Order: sequence, then structure tokens, then C-alpha cells
Amino acid sequence: MVDTTFTQPAQTGARPDGLRGVATDWASDQRAFKNVSWGKAMMWIFLLSDTFIFGCFLLSYMTARMSTAVPWPNPSEVFGLHIGGVSVPLLLIAIMTFVLISSSGTMAMAVNFGYRRERRKTALLMLATALLGATFVSMQAFEWTKLISEGVRPWGNPWGAEQFGATFFMITGFHGTHVTIGVIFLIIIARKVLRGDYDVERRGFFTSRKGNYESVEIMGLYWHFVDLVWVFIFAFFYLW
Amino acid sequence: MAEATAHNHIHQPMPHGQAKAASAHAEGQQHPIKLYLVVWGWLFILSACSYLVDYVGLQGYLRWSLILLFMILKAGLIVAVFMHMAWERLAFAYAIILPPVLVLVFVAMMVFESDYTLLSRTLFFGAAP
Repeated sequence: MVDTTFTQPAQTGARPDGLRGVATDWASDQRAFKNVSWGKAMMWIFLLSDTFIFGCFLLSYMTARMSTAVPWPNPSEVFGLHIGGVSVPLLLIAIMTFVLISSSGTMAMAVNFGYRRERRKTALLMLATALLGATFVSMQAFEWTKLISEGVRPWGNPWGAEQFGATFFMITGFHGTHVTIGVIFLIIIARKVLRGDYDVERRGFFTSRKGNYESVEIMGLYWHFVDLVWVFIFAFFYLW
Repeated sequence: MAEATAHNHIHQPMPHGQAKAASAHAEGQQHPIKLYLVVWGWLFILSACSYLVDYVGLQGYLRWSLILLFMILKAGLIVAVFMHMAWERLAFAYAIILPPVLVLVFVAMMVFESDYTLLSRTLFFGAAP
């Protein structure tokens, strides 16, 4: 039933009326996205809506920062680390950026090996991605702990504009949540790959759809999006 | 990369027995691993460049334009290659990429709004900018 939706030609003849008509009209073969499967299109549309959420966060951050008469704390100093008496600006954030980019690289290769049906390599690369993602979240936890111990709160901080803490916790917290959810899903999909679910088209326990290596690519889309959001957060929040 | 789209028949499931035999057959998004490694390398270089902007301590318009340039290049590489948007049909790319670009209208509105708020705050609350 699932597969026929992609092959069924446009129906001819009379269309049904009533509620059934509503359903068939919406479900009939009027696909705008010709060679993109249902799952992939839906993930993209979810990511589009997520883009708007993060866009609104960054927008409210911009508005807060532009409209405050109090100087904004200097992120270069706030997020700097002291190593051996030397202050290195943004060091932790730079390492986090490289960790997340590396995880995107391993994910892209996992997708590639998935389509080549190299089960073990795919699963291992996905687990490496999950590990890098977990590293990223731990470093973020460290960063939060450090800032909280220095007195940053959503309603104030020692260095300047009060909105700094609120926007920081909101934006990085929401992004960290996305990374955490991504790590959990990476482990779930990696387990399915390792078990061979996508080779034997075993049906998923939730959707009952046949397993397919495209799931790895859809997972990859989500993961790359998390990396993509970080590119914007890094530029606007940490560097600006 | 026209051959990539030609092989896009992932939706046609094959019988169970043929699953193993299909490994030799190109399926879904197939690109050489080298492409991903090159993009990965470029993302590292661009990230290092944007970090250097802060490390060297550039200020003003030079700083902002460099940050934006490296950001857009990185985002473009991720979306085009890692997320395979470069090989999708144009109708799909437009449907996904155009709406976020329109957020820039919202950005412009909020720039005016925050300028006005800042002006009111300085005028009526006596805070120095």
C-alpha cells in the first residue's frame, strides 16, 4: 500500500464525493516533488519549520541587542578560556564547531556507505557521529556550568545588557536539545542498520513501513541541519 | 552530475532475494567519498577563517562582512553537498530554500523597530547608548 503511492498514475473518470472525495482529492497523484520520496520531503518540510523557529530566536536576539541602551557583553571575552595563564578567546566554542563539523562529515559518509549497502561501515560511521554529537553536548554542558558559576542568569549578568543571558540560554539550549535528540535517533537508526533491517526490508515497529536505506539519508538531513543551525549561531551569537 | 538523478529510483523496492545482488547497482544519492572529504576540509578551513576573524580582532564592517561571507559559504556547502540539495530538482530546492530567505523581510522590519526602541529609550529614559 505504501509503495503504490509512488507508482499510481493519475486517476481518470468520476471522483468520489463527500468526505471520501476530500481524502482522495488530497491524496491523488498530484505530486509537486517528482523524485523525492514522502519521507524525505516531510523531513525537509519539518526542517523548514525548524528554520523558522531558530530564525525567530536569532531575530529576537538581534532585536534585543540592537535596542538595548546598555552595552552588550563581549562574547570574545565571555567565552574565552584561560589556559596556563593565557586567555584564548572563544577556544571552547571553536573546538565545539570543529567537533560538530566532523560529525557532519562522518554522517555524510555514513549515508554514502548506506546506499552502497555496506552495513558495518554505515553503522560505525553513524555511531562515530553520535559520539561526536555527545561530545558536543558535554562541552556545551561545561560551558553552561562555567557561565552559571560566573553569575550569568536569564535576568542578568555581571558584564552588561541583561538580555544576554536570556538569549544565550534560549538559543544554545534549544540547539543542544536538537543535538541530544539527534544523538538518540542516530543510535536507534545505527542499531537498525547493524541488525540488517534495511537489507531485508523489515517493517518498522511504529510506522510498519518497509525498511530502506533512505532512512539513513533522512537521519542525515536532520543531523546536517543541526550543524547548519550551529553555523548561524556561531556567526551571529559568538562572533558578531 | 546528471547520472546521479538518473539513478534516483530508491522508491522502487526490490524483491527480498535481490537485495544482496543490488549492492553493485547504484541506488539513491551516489557520489564519490572524496567529494565529502573535500567539502569536510573546506568546512574546516572556513571555520578556522571565521575563528581567526575573532582571534586577530578585526572590527567594524570588515569583521561583519567576513563573518557573513564565511557563514554563507559554510551553510551553502552543507546544504548543497551534505544535504544533497545540489542534485535535487529545482522545484524542490525553491520550495525549501526560498521561504527562509524571505525571513530577511522580517529582519528588515525588526531593524527599524529596534532602532525606534533604542531612540525612545535614549530620549525618554536618558540612557546613553
